[in-house]
Amino acid sequence: MLRRDLLLAYRRRSELLYPLFFLLVVVSLFPLGIGPSPDLLARIAPGVVWIAALLATVISLDNLFRADFEDGSLEQFILSGQSLGSIALAKIVAHWLVTGLPLVILSPLVALWMQLPAPAMGAMVASLALATPILSFVGAIGVGLTISLRRGGQLLSLLIFPLYVPVLIIATGAIMAAADSLPYGGFLGLLLAGLILSVTLAPLATAAALRISLS
Amino acid sequence: MTSESAHNPAQRPPRTNALMLFFHHLGSPPWFYAFAGKCVPVLWILFAVLTVTGLYLGLFKAPPDYLQGESFRIMYIHVPAAWMSMMIYAGMAVMGFIALVWRIRMMEVLAMCSAPVGAAFTLAALISGSLWGKPTWGTYWVWDARLTSELVLLFLYLGVMALYSAYDDQRKGARAACLLAVVGLVNLPIIHYSVKWWNTLHQDASIGLSGSSIHPSMLWPLLIMAIATKCFYLANLLTRARVMLLEQDGRKGWVRDALAGVRG
Repeated sequence: MLRRDLLLAYRRRSELLYPLFFLLVVVSLFPLGIGPSPDLLARIAPGVVWIAALLATVISLDNLFRADFEDGSLEQFILSGQSLGSIALAKIVAHWLVTGLPLVILSPLVALWMQLPAPAMGAMVASLALATPILSFVGAIGVGLTISLRRGGQLLSLLIFPLYVPVLIIATGAIMAAADSLPYGGFLGLLLAGLILSVTLAPLATAAALRISLS
Repeated sequence: MTSESAHNPAQRPPRTNALMLFFHHLGSPPWFYAFAGKCVPVLWILFAVLTVTGLYLGLFKAPPDYLQGESFRIMYIHVPAAWMSMMIYAGMAVMGFIALVWRIRMMEVLAMCSAPVGAAFTLAALISGSLWGKPTWGTYWVWDARLTSELVLLFLYLGVMALYSAYDDQRKGARAACLLAVVGLVNLPIIHYSVKWWNTLHQDASIGLSGSSIHPSMLWPLLIMAIATKCFYLANLLTRARVMLLEQDGRKGWVRDALAGVRG
């Protein structure tokens, strides 16, 4: 399942770049809108990078089940007798590998743009690496709920942004602490806890959501 | 609850106790419709009496606060509304969970009818809170931990309502929205604590009520109002649930019978 999804993504390489472009464009709007003062940019950098990452994840989430829903594979998965939760898990992991991971790899470049102080760089990459999977996992529940709606994409953001609040707070907290040369291990621990919680529970909730959507 | 034996038919099975039978009956729309119809007027009257008493005691009898003066009286709206906003969300998610696990349609109906009432209470708490904030804190809005989590709660309510109304098929929408409510309930403590912690990180002192304990003359009206809002919620919920049942079952026999009774 994971291999199949990665292969499918590989065949449509150009679509993979959309979230990345999106991240770059959104981040570059901030200096244009606020002014290029390095102090100001450095202060808002954690929030800007994270909000851009949130938005980039949300615009890519719709792809998670859309193609499978439209060509009917999703119904076949449900009927296949395999646990729908593990299928959802595989699909979410594949989704993160093709959208979340590139964001993590690209993030140091964005941090340079935003004049993020050097000590905070490691914290930012670590927080993105730990928490973008949470975004994919929690978002998958929302996608499962809205997949059969015509305007699901617009509703999706309304449903899942409130659920992303803790991730945003803790992740930016880690980067800010690191920028002030404070220990930030605790924040990363919290993110790891959130990751474990979402990996265990979200596939089940996603499976339940898909069953409701396709019933 | 006390009147349940009056509704039980004489032929009840010997092995089932009365309370279980009562719950089974509540799962059936016609029975629920009739039962709720009996409860609703009582609850509305209770609500009216309690509100008038509570507001009279709170607005006229309770002494002015020594720090905040008269403006503290907004508490008698604000605090019960805030309590209800959280209680209704928890109740809605629990009902949603029951609806999903045991597939009880009445629970779907009740959970979906709770959402607008809860959202209204959340909005009331936010508005009265910001009106209260102006004289006491000097500003309408502070990114205080409680305000922020109340705002996120409002967004969660709006999400549930939007998801429900987005589906053409009401029952499917109700089940999807129930699942979202359950997910929100799991997330709500995490949101609450992260927001609380975020606020204490950025701001030295959190703004709270002036006194740690409240004098009885101020506390009693508050408790009366808290019960009054619960009566309002139940009355409103049951009224909404009855209307929703009539809408969903519009072509079934029992609805025609029930409405014929009203007209006839």
